Amino acid sequence: MARRDYSLLGPDAQRAVETGLAAAEWYHTDIPRAEMKALMARTDAPAIRDTAIWLGLMVAFAGIAIWLWPSWWSVPFWLAYGVLYGSASDSRWHECGHGTAFRTAWMNTAVYHLASFMIVRNPVTWRWSHARHHTDTIIVGRDPEIAAMRPPAAARMLLNFAGIPDIIAGLSRMLLNAAGRLDPEEATFVPVSEVPKVILVARIWTAIYAATIALALATQSILPLMVIGLPRLYGAWHFVLVGYLQHAGLADNVTDHRLNSRTVLMNPVSRFIYWNMNYHVEHHMFPMVPYHRLPDLHARIRHDLPAPAPSMWAAYREVLPVLLRQLRHEDAFLRRDLPPTARPYRAEFHADVSAGAPGVPAE
Amino acid sequence: MTDWTDACATDAIDPEDVVRFDHGGRTFALYRSPDDRWYCTDGLCTHEQVHLADGLVMDHLIECPKHNGQFDYRTGQAKRAPVCVNLRTYETRVDGDRVLVRIG
Ligand code: FES
Repeated sequence: MARRDYSLLGPDAQRAVETGLAAAEWYHTDIPRAEMKALMARTDAPAIRDTAIWLGLMVAFAGIAIWLWPSWWSVPFWLAYGVLYGSASDSRWHECGHGTAFRTAWMNTAVYHLASFMIVRNPVTWRWSHARHHTDTIIVGRDPEIAAMRPPAAARMLLNFAGIPDIIAGLSRMLLNAAGRLDPEEATFVPVSEVPKVILVARIWTAIYAATIALALATQSILPLMVIGLPRLYGAWHFVLVGYLQHAGLADNVTDHRLNSRTVLMNPVSRFIYWNMNYHVEHHMFPMVPYHRLPDLHARIRHDLPAPAPSMWAAYREVLPVLLRQLRHEDAFLRRDLPPTARPYRAEFHADVSAGAPGVPAE
Repeated sequence: MTDWTDACATDAIDPEDVVRFDHGGRTFALYRSPDDRWYCTDGLCTHEQVHLADGLVMDHLIECPKHNGQFDYRTGQAKRAPVCVNLRTYETRVDGDRVLVRIG
């Protein structure tokens, strides 16, 4: 394959439409309707509990850190606060964007807006971006949310552990939107009717950041920015660490989430921060299932999925060699083997992937 | 009354649920609300043409299985992004143990 062009306006985007990869029909494991209905059912209780813990811990950690400031003893509390601000906001943005975390609509909306601010993703634009990610998951030229491109942009991927490329992109988009304009790529997936909302949110956020910076200048202290803004940098590492595992090193341009998404079993703390998005094949196959039912969904369909990675460590041991290989040979990827109980990949769509294409590590 | 089409038995849909109903080369979604009324809309989501019968009924909303957009199935009104275009709705009535739909 020629060098990949991830632009949503480039030749790969056009090719995906011409070859039927865009907005294609994707594979789903069969689940009887009654079971599916039970798995999709909504309730407020788990997300109210988790949100109270999340926000309660943030207030506690920030309070202690401010109290100890500027002593070095404040550092662990800032780090804990930072992860809840700069990483847990990613999963809250995600789940509440799907509208599945809570049953009550306003609760999803409130947490969605709060988390969007923390993670610096315009809540209007990113709702549409994420819809496209679900329609065209890891389809080159169509999916705007591919974190591990081929060949991997190694420096960018590493810098993102400190949130740097993301924050530059997020804040420059915010300022562009606040000036009343959209990036041309954004315009490919945000409907015209939604543009005023994009601009309004960007202006409100710009005002909040301006007030925070003004306070920092007035008090001659970075403390206000330690609470608002900077945790998106010093607390981003966890969501990046778990986020790369979602799709990195796996197939692209396929229409079966078993081939391009990864489920990783994780410790309970990471699962709380990540709101169970480690069950990523399951989430993509059935985005209607709330985060707190994903372990049940996993148990129900695991016979039809590749074996999950048993830990983050095991997953990285699988991913890193492929990413290194992709630096020289971008067509390399990891083919996921299915258990004997699974329905096979559809050969008509995935002949090269199923058989193992040249240069593909078949482990 | 020839414009009424027999869609299904009343017990073919659980309360607060939806089924797919195909007729004349078209596809529809047929709903039974929690208060035991029947409603019918076009079967495909107006966002990306996905079958709504695979979605979730909550009270008087149908949530699309693809991107979780929502419609009020009584009026067809789009209620949550990414759906922006309303669904077309069709009149229903119950005759004995059958649900009939007036397909225009
Ligand atoms: S296809 Fe229905 S919300 Fe996108």
